[in-house]
Amino acid sequence: MNIVLNGTSYQTDSDDLYGLIIEKKLDPSTVVIEYNGRIIRKEFWKDHRISENDTIEILNFVGGG
Amino acid sequence: MNDILKIGGREFKNKLFTGTGKFRSRELIPKMLESSGSEMITVALRRVDFDAGNENILEYIPKNIVLLPNTSGARNCDEAVRIARIAREAGMGDFIKIEIITETKYLMPDNEETIKATRILAAEGFIVLPYIMPDLTYSYKLVDAGAAAVMPLGSAIGSNRGLKMKEIIEMIIENIDVPVVVDAGIGRPSQAAEAMELGADAVLVNTAISIADDPVSMGKAFSMAVQAGRLAYLARMGEESETANASSPMTGFLR
Amino acid sequence: MSFLHELEKYENFDFDKYFGSVTSGDVKKSITKEKPGTYDLLNMLSPAAEAHLEEMAKRSHSLTMQYFGGTVSLYIPLYISNYCSNGCVYCGFSARNKIPRKMLSYEEIEKEALIIKKTGIKHLLVLTGEAEEKAGFDYVKPALELLSKHFPSISIEMFPMTAEQYSELKDIGVDGLTVYQEVYDRNIYARMHPAGRKSDYDWRLECPERGAKAGFRLVNIGALYGLGDVRKEAFLNAVHAKYLDDKYPDTEIAVSFPRINHSEGNFKPDHILPDRTFVQFLTAFRLFLPRVGLNVSTRENAEFRDNILPLGITRMSAGSKTSVGGYAESEEGGIPQFDISDNRDVPEIISMIKKRGFQPVLKDWELIR
Repeated sequence: MNIVLNGTSYQTDSDDLYGLIIEKKLDPSTVVIEYNGRIIRKEFWKDHRISENDTIEILNFVGGG
Repeated sequence: MNDILKIGGREFKNKLFTGTGKFRSRELIPKMLESSGSEMITVALRRVDFDAGNENILEYIPKNIVLLPNTSGARNCDEAVRIARIAREAGMGDFIKIEIITETKYLMPDNEETIKATRILAAEGFIVLPYIMPDLTYSYKLVDAGAAAVMPLGSAIGSNRGLKMKEIIEMIIENIDVPVVVDAGIGRPSQAAEAMELGADAVLVNTAISIADDPVSMGKAFSMAVQAGRLAYLARMGEESETANASSPMTGFLR
Repeated sequence: MSFLHELEKYENFDFDKYFGSVTSGDVKKSITKEKPGTYDLLNMLSPAAEAHLEEMAKRSHSLTMQYFGGTVSLYIPLYISNYCSNGCVYCGFSARNKIPRKMLSYEEIEKEALIIKKTGIKHLLVLTGEAEEKAGFDYVKPALELLSKHFPSISIEMFPMTAEQYSELKDIGVDGLTVYQEVYDRNIYARMHPAGRKSDYDWRLECPERGAKAGFRLVNIGALYGLGDVRKEAFLNAVHAKYLDDKYPDTEIAVSFPRINHSEGNFKPDHILPDRTFVQFLTAFRLFLPRVGLNVSTRENAEFRDNILPLGITRMSAGSKTSVGGYAESEEGGIPQFDISDNRDVPEIISMIKKRGFQPVLKDWELIR
């Protein structure tokens, strides 16, 4: 399934947001997901289905002043 | 001495705020926090870089430290609001440093967009600390818009040039009812002390600490300078005295 | 938040004890500070500061030159009614005094305006007694509307009004408000103002703030010296001015130092403000509030006014008649609110100011509509 992930086109095998995080080898506790412009809370990731052409942003906290 | 700074219901004994940017190694961050005693530290939000590996900065920040996520990268009000909401959703708490920059040569903040974002986020219950170009009128407007503090820059970000905006910052300190935190441009502990002597409520120092050869010692040095400046301010320094040169007396008519 | 909250801070402050404890060294430190705080103000108002008058005067002069450049703004008072329902025990217009009462018709007001206009002074201060039922808002608004055709800058010194009323007046060309608290000490205030709307201390205290909120360009406050302890009154008046100056940066704040002289009620003041202390207060205010206008009226005699001109004064009344219809009438006009001690006419005042090296300002601005 094709989605837009962090600004670029991406082919994913996952059906839900949690799966996508695991697929990208990320630690779920450290990232934030914005799904089609809405922030999705962690507890809903497993139930949140991904559809064709979704825009997904995965963000995390980094150093900054 | 019971000298507590209150911002958004939180109390700060230490008046040095620090940042997490540009450290050689993240292990230095908790050590710097310990040596300096800083109680608030900034973090930024970015897209995960899938190639670089995903290290979580938050792991390096002890739980008792207040996190101040910034909106760096935002070029207008809407982007800043979006970043702030994401940060809160991610469990960052209600503190937010608004940093909106459109001008890329000197990285000057956009005060107008900052006011708009402040109004929106304050209404949503955020504790808003806007980073601004020092300006008294804008400061009044920011307080009106609900800012919990104002953070005027001392000089350009990362420039280490100190309090180039001293006169204006002094006006803001004297006239604005919310805490004033001098942010950006402070390169040396003596400059931090100078800001505190003026009456600033706190200073935010990132680069000058993180890029020092020994960030842990530099954090401590800044903390001591901030304390010294604060103490001098509270002790009310004597002013330089003018020598009165007696020409003809002005009050001679009083017999 | 209003100044009421600020004032509460000083409710239990032992002024006598503090003033008595100030040393010459304290004063010296305070007067050389670039930005004196409230304790410095107290020090400068204390008896110990009298020994430093000359130094304070020099500093006050140089600060005034720095901030005002030697300009002295001139204004003329115009009394349009002396009806009053207040019983202020010290005032010539008090309801208790059986004096002839008069309110000018609009024709008479215009006549006064035309005479005043000839002097060249375009800053008018329009005064009434405080009798809302007799000469209230409905009477003064058309009068001010009429006067605004002749004067680009009009201040009012009338009964305290609501914020809405001030806004209405601002819209027709009024740009200034003068209101004196008279006395900041609540107990004395109650004794001095037993009757009428004026017995409401808080309503009066918040009046300057209502004017500033309405957007007046000038708000002039003052304590009437003679009613309460002069040092305490001066202090509270100064912190009031500072509060307004800080909170309303787009309004110029000015302070007057009226002292009670002989008025029709033959009131004997409990407290005296001697010339020396007057000068001390004037200069202390300037050191504490460099940007604030300092106003001296014709209550003070010519010689004294001339002498204090270089010490911080930025506003002066000139050619004043304090009786209703005083400009059009002959010398023997009506009963004045207080006696004028400087009887010089406008050209004489102007030439005196110039001779002393200052610049008289007869017209500061005109709003282009």
